[in-house]
Amino acid sequence: MADSSGGTLAAYRALLGAQARAQTAYRTSFAIDLVGNVGSTVFDVLTVLVIFGVTRELGGFTLRETMVMVGLSTCAFAVADLLVGNIERLPRYVRTGLFDAVLVRPLGALPQLLLMDLPLRKVSRAVFGLAVLVVAVGSAGVGWTPARALLVVLAPLAGVVFFGSVFVATATVSFWWVDSGELANSVTYGGRDFTSYPVTVFEGWFRAVFAYGLGFAFVSYHPALTLLGRADPLGLPAWVGWAAPAVALVAAAGAAAAWRTGVRHYRSTGS
Amino acid sequence: MGSLTATVAPPTAPNVILWFRTFKAITGSGFRRYATYRQASVAGVVTNTVFGFLRCYVLLAAVGATGTVAGYDRGQLATFVWVGQGLLAVVLLWGWTELADRIRTGDIASDLLRPVHPVTSHLAADLGRAGHAALVRFLPPVLVGPLFFEVHVPRRWSTLPIFAFSAVVAVVLCFGCRFLVNATAYWLQDVRGPVILWTLASGVLAGLYFPLRFLPEWLQLVLWWGTPFPSLLQTPLDVLVERDPTGDQVGLVGLQVAWAVLILAVCRLVQRRAERRLVVQGG
Repeated sequence: MADSSGGTLAAYRALLGAQARAQTAYRTSFAIDLVGNVGSTVFDVLTVLVIFGVTRELGGFTLRETMVMVGLSTCAFAVADLLVGNIERLPRYVRTGLFDAVLVRPLGALPQLLLMDLPLRKVSRAVFGLAVLVVAVGSAGVGWTPARALLVVLAPLAGVVFFGSVFVATATVSFWWVDSGELANSVTYGGRDFTSYPVTVFEGWFRAVFAYGLGFAFVSYHPALTLLGRADPLGLPAWVGWAAPAVALVAAAGAAAAWRTGVRHYRSTGS
Repeated sequence: MGSLTATVAPPTAPNVILWFRTFKAITGSGFRRYATYRQASVAGVVTNTVFGFLRCYVLLAAVGATGTVAGYDRGQLATFVWVGQGLLAVVLLWGWTELADRIRTGDIASDLLRPVHPVTSHLAADLGRAGHAALVRFLPPVLVGPLFFEVHVPRRWSTLPIFAFSAVVAVVLCFGCRFLVNATAYWLQDVRGPVILWTLASGVLAGLYFPLRFLPEWLQLVLWWGTPFPSLLQTPLDVLVERDPTGDQVGLVGLQVAWAVLILAVCRLVQRRAERRLVVQGG
């Protein structure tokens, strides 16, 4: 038993090693990719700064407070995108028949797909996201307690699991609907944009759906409120800031169920 | 030395009617080609609409109590966002690597034997694509926005025709920019670097993420006069929401036309240089 799991691990490690060598083989290209990938995340943060250039507060929150949410969101999204984001290529695997090859190997289909295409160039983005979080939390004047110190570590981790689950769950749609790529973007990238701003910015049913229906309020908004020691203008109790890990686990369970159903439903295109 | 390019020289007595007929045929096939991707169109419309809500709420939150921000009131911002979401798919900022792919695979060689200039034939196909997008991708967000937000309806009779013209110029200009990004493949083979740069720059500098009027005045001047980016989205949208008096609207569109002419000329020049290089490589 121990032997076989060791063999599986070695196989995954071999897949990862091959990826690392292949992606860094063309050094200039890899360097451009590293820089280019940090660029998109820089512009996301820049957008928030530009909007605060013409207004003093957004949804009742100052720039410093909003930046804590931006940091949590950027950090969680960038790491999840690095680890799991490439699952959005699933439609192509299904269309080209590569998914068949993955299924016949004696390894898990999901880990194989992720390791076969781990985009190392996105490392720069994850590092930048972490830097934004550190700077934002450092300058927001957080009154540190042991509980808050724990939360500032726990919340981004929960965010990674949450966004990762969203990536997997939305990608499974392509088992039924091959051309659904952009549809997934509305929830993944849309979720990233949503979590970069205080939930109070949004209104009505749209806020209800994104914040509590899909659970994005727990990625950055509520943990940030707890870190900043602010009461929720929408009236939810303070402990909700700690709900992030539980919400992430529910999301992960949902994504796993969706994935298993999808794989069972999968019929090769024959190509 | 007389220059020799693979593109066939136009006949000495150019048949204008024939030329227009060819152009129309390519445009029509571009339209029909995109009409077959129905699932993708629906997915794209849904995504544009979701982002319409996201961006609209954020910008409206910036208006706050004062009622206006950077010269836009609430209705103008809502129109800016929702029409912007529709226009984004029509001018197609991202996601066109057809030329680069043909260069990489060598298919481009067969294109050069055709009696239509590559810039012209790709432009015609792109106008067909834009026509399809105008019906299928432009209208839904533009119709959904007013259901949930108070939008600005143009008050001057001249605004709509100027906007329509400006949108068409934006399509042509954006095609030219994409053509140039793709044409770097003649020299680089791998266009990922230029495409990344283009994607980054165009999203921010065209006015998609926030209206460029949010930026300091000197930066706006640099962007409008020094780069084609604001002419891709910001100009038609500013025209539509009547951010400026009619004279300024016309001036902005004039600048846009100048950029489109310049970029298309550069496209032809680049194509010529590239063809010479291709001939050298091919022996």
